[in-house]
Order: sequence, then C-alpha cells, then structure tokens
Amino acid sequence: MARGEVQLRGITKSFGAVDVIKGVDLNIAPGELVVFVGPSGCGKSTLLRLISGLEMPTGGSLHIGGRDVTLTHPAKRGIAMVFQSYALYPHMSVAENMGFGLKIAGVPKAEIQAKVAAAAEILQLTHLLDRKPRALSGGQRQRVAIGRCIVRQPEVFLFDEPLSNLDAALRGQMRVEIARLHAKLDATMVYVTHDQVEAMTLASKIVVLNAGKIEQIGAPIELYRNPANLFVAGFIGSPSMNFMKGKVVATDEAHVAVRLAAGTLRLPRRNAATAPGSSVTVGIRPEHFSIGEPDSDDIAFFEGEVELVERLGGETLAHLRVPALAEEGLTIVKLTGDAPLRIGSRLRIGVRLSHAHLFDADGRAVGTPSAKIAVAA
Amino acid sequence: MSATDFSATPATPATPRRDVAWMGRFNASLRYGVLLLVGLIMLYPLLWMVAASFKPNHEIFGSIGLWPQEPTLDGVISGWRTGTEYSFATYLFNTFAFIIPKVVLTVISSVLVAYGFARFNMPGKRIWFAAMIGTILLPKSVLLIPQYLMFRELGWLDTYLPLYVPCAFATEGFFVFMIVQFLRGFPPDMEEAAVIDGCNSLQVLWHVVVPVIMPAVISVALFQFMWSMNDFLYPLIYLSSVEKYPVALALKMAIDVTEATAWNQVLAMSTIALVPSLVVFFLAQRYFVDGITSGSVKG
Repeated sequence: MARGEVQLRGITKSFGAVDVIKGVDLNIAPGELVVFVGPSGCGKSTLLRLISGLEMPTGGSLHIGGRDVTLTHPAKRGIAMVFQSYALYPHMSVAENMGFGLKIAGVPKAEIQAKVAAAAEILQLTHLLDRKPRALSGGQRQRVAIGRCIVRQPEVFLFDEPLSNLDAALRGQMRVEIARLHAKLDATMVYVTHDQVEAMTLASKIVVLNAGKIEQIGAPIELYRNPANLFVAGFIGSPSMNFMKGKVVATDEAHVAVRLAAGTLRLPRRNAATAPGSSVTVGIRPEHFSIGEPDSDDIAFFEGEVELVERLGGETLAHLRVPALAEEGLTIVKLTGDAPLRIGSRLRIGVRLSHAHLFDADGRAVGTPSAKIAVAA
Repeated sequence: MSATDFSATPATPATPRRDVAWMGRFNASLRYGVLLLVGLIMLYPLLWMVAASFKPNHEIFGSIGLWPQEPTLDGVISGWRTGTEYSFATYLFNTFAFIIPKVVLTVISSVLVAYGFARFNMPGKRIWFAAMIGTILLPKSVLLIPQYLMFRELGWLDTYLPLYVPCAFATEGFFVFMIVQFLRGFPPDMEEAAVIDGCNSLQVLWHVVVPVIMPAVISVALFQFMWSMNDFLYPLIYLSSVEKYPVALALKMAIDVTEATAWNQVLAMSTIALVPSLVVFFLAQRYFVDGITSGSVKG
C-alpha cells in the first residue's frame, strides 16, 4: 500500500450504550481530498478522530500507508490535524507553535528552524513567526494551525471543520488556499465539514454520513446527479431537493409512470425494479425547474401559486403551492436572475423529466435515468 | 432639511448638558467618597499596627491616633532581638524552611491530581472526587490526634516534615477542586493537538496545560503561602524546640514569656512578618488579573 493511503475496515465506535459509528468501510487513495459531510451528530467528527487516534475504535481496523495503526499513538500514525478551534498553544510564538511537534520528537534546533521557515514560506507567515497567537487574526491563526501540520510532513492531513469559525469572506478565501495547498503538497487530506459548498468545491471524493453510517461515497458531481438514496438527495444541493410522494401506476422498459397528488408523471427510467402499486418518492431539484420552456414531450409543466419569494440577486427562490405535485407543502423553484414574481401570482413552471429522481419506499434510488442528463440545468 | 441645518442645532441643549455633567460628577464623588471611607475603616487596624510599631509601649493603649507622639525604633530593634537567644531572623528563616517546600509540593501534587480528575477517566472517578470534596468539608481538628499519633510513630515530631510532607499527596482538596474547575473551562483541543504533536500525558501537562492554567497555579501557590505564613496550630503541635519555631509561634512567645508584654515589639515584628506575604501578593497579582489564554482558541 502506498504512502498516504488510508483504509478503514468495519470501524465501529460506541460511547457507553450509544453506537456513534456503526461499521464504516472506506478506502482513501493517496493524494485524495476526501470530505466527510453530514448533519450534526452524524459521526463525521468522531470518524475523523478515530483516524487521528484521539479516539480508539470499538471494533474494526485502520491502516495508514499500509501499516495497521488501529491502536497506534496519534503521533506515530503519520497524521496531523487542524482543529476547529485552531488549538494553538497560547504561550508560544507562531514559530514555537509550528515547531513544537519536532521539538518533542527531539529534532535538532537548526532543522526545526529550517522546516518552520519553509512551511511559513508556503503559508506566507514568515513575517508573523515571532508573534503570539493572540496577536493574530482568525485567518492567520488558521494558517498557523495548518503550518503546524505541514512542518510535521504527515502522510495524511486531517481537518476538523477548519473554517467554521471564520467569517464568510475569509472562509471563501481560506477554502481556495486549502485547495491550492492540496494541489501543491499532493498529500492525502481528510476534511470534515457541514458546509456543502466546502464539500462540493474542495472534495475529490465526498463521503456522506448519516447516523454513524456511510450513505454514499462519490465525486461531488456524481453525488449531485445520482444520489443513491433520499438522504443524500436531500442533503446535497441547496436549497434541498423537492420531494413528492406518489404511487407507481405503470412501468415499461424505459419508463415508470408515477401518480402524484393530481396528475401522473411518466419518468424515463431504466432497470427500475418496481411494480405498479408501490409507494415511491419523486425528487426534483429547485434549479431544474424553469419558466418559459418550449412545449416538448420530455418536459412536464405545472401551475403553481407563488407564496413566498426570496431574492438572492443572482437568483430567485420561489416557494410555490403546486396542487399537481403535492397536496401539502410548498415546492421550491430556483430561477436565475431577478425574476419578476409577485406573491399570489400564478406561475407556469416546466421540468425536464430526465432530471427527476425516483426513490422507493425504503428511500433507495430506483433505476437509472434513460436519457443522459444535460450538464446545464 | 439641508446639511447645513445640523451645524446650527447644538447650541440648544447646552444647559441640560451642563446639569448632566454636574450630576455625573456628584454621583462619582459620592461613590468614591463612600468607598474611600469604608476602605479606610477596613485598613485602619492594619495602619494602626504599623504606626504602633514606632510608638513607645506606654503610648500604644493611650491613644487611638495613628501618628506616634514620640516616634522610636525601640520596638523594632528589641523586637528583632527577641526575648530568646535567637533573633527574629531565625524565626523568619524557620518559617521559610517549611513554607517553601510546602508551597512547591502543594502546587505539584494539586496540579497533577486535578489534571487527572479533569481529563482522565478512571473507575470510580465520581466517588473519588466526592471523597476529595468530603475532605474539604471535614473539620481539621478531627484529624489532629490521629495525625499526631501517626507522625509520632514515624518519629517526625519536632521536625518540619509533618508540616509539609502531607502536601505532597494533594491533601489540600480545595486547591485540587479549584484547578479542576479552572481546567473544565478550557476545551481539550489544545491538549489533543499536543498529543498529536507527540506528547505523552506528562509532557502535555508540562508544555501545554501548566502554562495555560498559570493564573490558577499562582493562586494556589499564593494562598498556600499566605495560609501557611499565618498557620499557628500545626507548628504549635509538632514543634517543641524554640530554635525551630516559625514566626507565628515566636510572636506568641513574645506575649507569653514576659509578664508585661512589650506590645510595640510584638506589633513591630507582626509588621515585618507581613512583608513577605505582601511582596508575594503584589508580585503575583497581575497573573490573576491577566489570564494568558486569550488567542489560543477561536477569536
């Protein structure tokens, strides 16, 4: 196994009677930037701490770079970690903070200095090396925390929600820096976040976790296009996918016809293991609705009443009541630009049916779309 | 309304503003006046003690005034000589001979035990912690006789050992409790970062925890120093030779041995005995005020 490769085999973790991680198998290839996402309490941070060795697994095994490190001390795993709170040592200067690990390891002073200087160069921290953490801004502190990792030249970098304490502008900037750093160091990185934008933009592979289990692993765009289940479909994408409950009325080789609140949709679906009469959920992303589409066979049209409009400048979110789709609840539609909508007005929206998702009663995706989905919505 | 209108307006509220300023000044002077008065009342006995050191003996009970009518250094000089064969310097030295090890051992043991309680899981942790809190509530006098018997068996009577050796075992539950509470206020992230940096538990304690909880550590040292300086009972019980007496016993002796107590000497020596505590307190003061943790965690 190559340097920087991480393998989790049947990892479980319980705190007392509570099972937090319920059997996780995962391979992380060298140089990958893997992002763990999931709602609060899904176990993503715990999983990262298990890799770091700050927590010991209840069961299963963990390999880093081909070595079994399941019970190895964190310092000997070849990992380094950036904490959400930065966790800098307040009484040490930036240089001392970055060189602390090497000092504990008994590395000669001159060598520590050289390594700290090199890392500071990468992160543009050279002019701050003599400062104490309290004299730094949030972004600078985070860079020091990253520098502390770089100095140790780990096989795997671990990031535990590193940007969540920064303001929005700085977060965007640091995100780009982390992406650049990943490209530069070509190191394996595991990154925990609850922020979808971070996950989608940074990850070479996203691991979606829910209640201690992996829901789906895949490239960001793969997860967006082909969510394996209702959870992933609802979690990836903002605003969330619209879900409509329905019943299968007919199937053929290339289509599944689903009856919704009022009206039937004929979804292009191959290999759909479903039978007439079974309960299903249809999912349509807000951005896949549009107004002013030309009439066409594979586009379905609905009428809805506008109940709420959220204008974000570049796009507009309309909350519609669409009786054909759902008896209760609103359907969210994302329109580009500053669409001229009024509350109470009626709107005709269209959706290309190949964009619709279909899930069975257990929440699993049913079949594959017959037609290739165009990249542009 | 045009922009120029704004410049014309401020003349109107001139009178009320002066009233407000006057009220503010009146309030402040009232507040500080009361504070000053109460502060003086509280400090007066201390000031009187210092002043009385420079009064002749007969004047001490003659007036409640501060300023000596016939200032003299007699009290200080003969007080320093003491009525025994040893000078007051011996007693001061004796005091430090057990207080310094006592403070050092207290700090080390309390920090170690508190770190254990705050950060590690062990079987029966809650019971042990409750037991420790129980010892804080236990009246000290209950332990006097069993402790005396124990130290007699060990042959430690008339030595300083009974005064400081127990402190090596974190017997001062209050200090342990204080540091535990202080540690609970810190997220363990820093310590985890140190673990990943390769520290074992003791290295984490020494390199990261102790510097961070320094204000608490200094408070512990300071309290222990002052309380030990003032401690009368334990030295009285365990020390029998005059040559080993600390300041507290020496002062008492000065009252005992002469029939007509030279109060000016006693008060002069009390004043001198106060100096170490005061010096230590002012040296350590800024550490209570200014914690050094700012900037370590989220900003």
